[in-house]
Amino acid sequence: MADGISVTKLNAWFGPSHVLCDIDLAVAPRAVTAIIGPSGCGKSTFIRCLNRMHEVVPGARVVGTVLQEGQDIYSPGVDPVEVRRRIGMVFQKPNPFPTMTVFDNVAAGVRLGGVRDRAILNERVERALHAAALWDEVKDRLAKPGAGLSGGQQQRLCIARALAVEPEVLLMDEPCSALDPIATARIEELILELKRDLTIVIVTHNMQQAARVADATGFFLLGELVEFGPTSQLFTKPVDKRTEDYITGRFG
Amino acid sequence: MAVLTAAAAGAVILPLVLIFGFLLWQGASAINVDFFTHLPKPVGEVGGGMANAIIGTLILLGLASLLGLPIGILGGVYLAESRDRRLPWIVRFLADVLNGVPSIVIGIFAYTLVVLPMRRFSAVAGGVALAVIMLPIVVRTTEEMVRLVPASLREAGLALGVPEWKVVLRVVLPTARAGIVTGAMVAVARVAGETAPLLFTAFGNRFWHQGLDQPIAALPLQIFAYAIAPYDDWHRQAWAGALVLIVLVLVVSLMARLVTRGRVGAVR
Repeated sequence: MADGISVTKLNAWFGPSHVLCDIDLAVAPRAVTAIIGPSGCGKSTFIRCLNRMHEVVPGARVVGTVLQEGQDIYSPGVDPVEVRRRIGMVFQKPNPFPTMTVFDNVAAGVRLGGVRDRAILNERVERALHAAALWDEVKDRLAKPGAGLSGGQQQRLCIARALAVEPEVLLMDEPCSALDPIATARIEELILELKRDLTIVIVTHNMQQAARVADATGFFLLGELVEFGPTSQLFTKPVDKRTEDYITGRFG
Repeated sequence: MAVLTAAAAGAVILPLVLIFGFLLWQGASAINVDFFTHLPKPVGEVGGGMANAIIGTLILLGLASLLGLPIGILGGVYLAESRDRRLPWIVRFLADVLNGVPSIVIGIFAYTLVVLPMRRFSAVAGGVALAVIMLPIVVRTTEEMVRLVPASLREAGLALGVPEWKVVLRVVLPTARAGIVTGAMVAVARVAGETAPLLFTAFGNRFWHQGLDQPIAALPLQIFAYAIAPYDDWHRQAWAGALVLIVLVLVVSLMARLVTRGRVGAVR
């Protein structure tokens, strides 16, 4: 876990359109790295490339290297399923499994990974729910449908579900964009808690959010990484004119 | 306009109401305990029942489901999940064509495929014929239902490091379950009353079920045989058989409805 993730010459396509162009970026371990940029700049595509979720979309293609734990996740012998086990993901819209209870949702990844032992499942689920700051709210309704929780709770349920698999990296694709300010604040608090054990990469639309939670921030524009550096520096003394225009609200 | 559409809607249900009423009027008098527990009486004797045909129909439906449902459901999953462009299109088109093939033709197909090599009519042959009729219905409804499962759920599963086949089996299919079960029941209800494909496959039998490789009785066949016979008592029994058959179909359809209603709320 000491190395974080290092990305070199990453290119991605959707069919004929080239959506990421020669991205070089190093994600520090046990820190929060934020990716900002206007809609359509490739930031979601970028983090989907970090756990090989980009290739799930028909017609999508990736070229480049993504080193995690010293291993290129795109080298030929690597099983994407294994990669996703180590590098978890939380999506924009909360997406709990509708047919499963709160407990089963959190246990899903562990159970489908082959763990049958009830004691281990109980322990993992409880730990994940604690880690996602959801335990106190759901401990009496573990057997209720996961879809019955509020939006913010559902998103934390999804975070718990990702954490239960015990990943080393957690990718978050605009995890708060469907939530109200209070639920957003809770998730941000949670992110700061989680970075003690996890490497986190978060895509966000919201520059204040990046400023609040991230140690380092990257600014994407039209499929290119324009600028990447410590968050405070990027927001106060941007090097590139385009970054300055974006963070001062001149476009985007 | 409202009157016109209401009248049309009335016209849609009128045949069913009339059929049901007519069957009750004609057939109810022949329905008694004997009808459900006894074999047909020899020609000339009054009484007896269609117990063998009722059981035979249930066995045929069971066989058809055993063959048709797994293939149909897996095929539907393939159509919904495949990334290939040509093959799914061809399969879908052929399934629609198969859906339009007259059932007697499917009977001939099962006759050639099963009856001729076995050299006798059999329950298996009847089951095969009915299964072929069920296939396109099951395939298409399963495909539609699997397509309705949001891509976000599939992605959530994959992002947990679960292999794709397991995501389909444990996340996608359970989410689509209500719709798939409905499709299966609609298919069963559809073939329950099929007569033509059984004429030269299951063939009919006046005795109890004697093994899957033997000719077997079926309600529609028995109704047909009794309806064209010259005896009044047989006519009454044919009506009663038709009544039992339509109630069976009604029950299956109703179950299909209940399954969807009970689940939609939970899924959305």
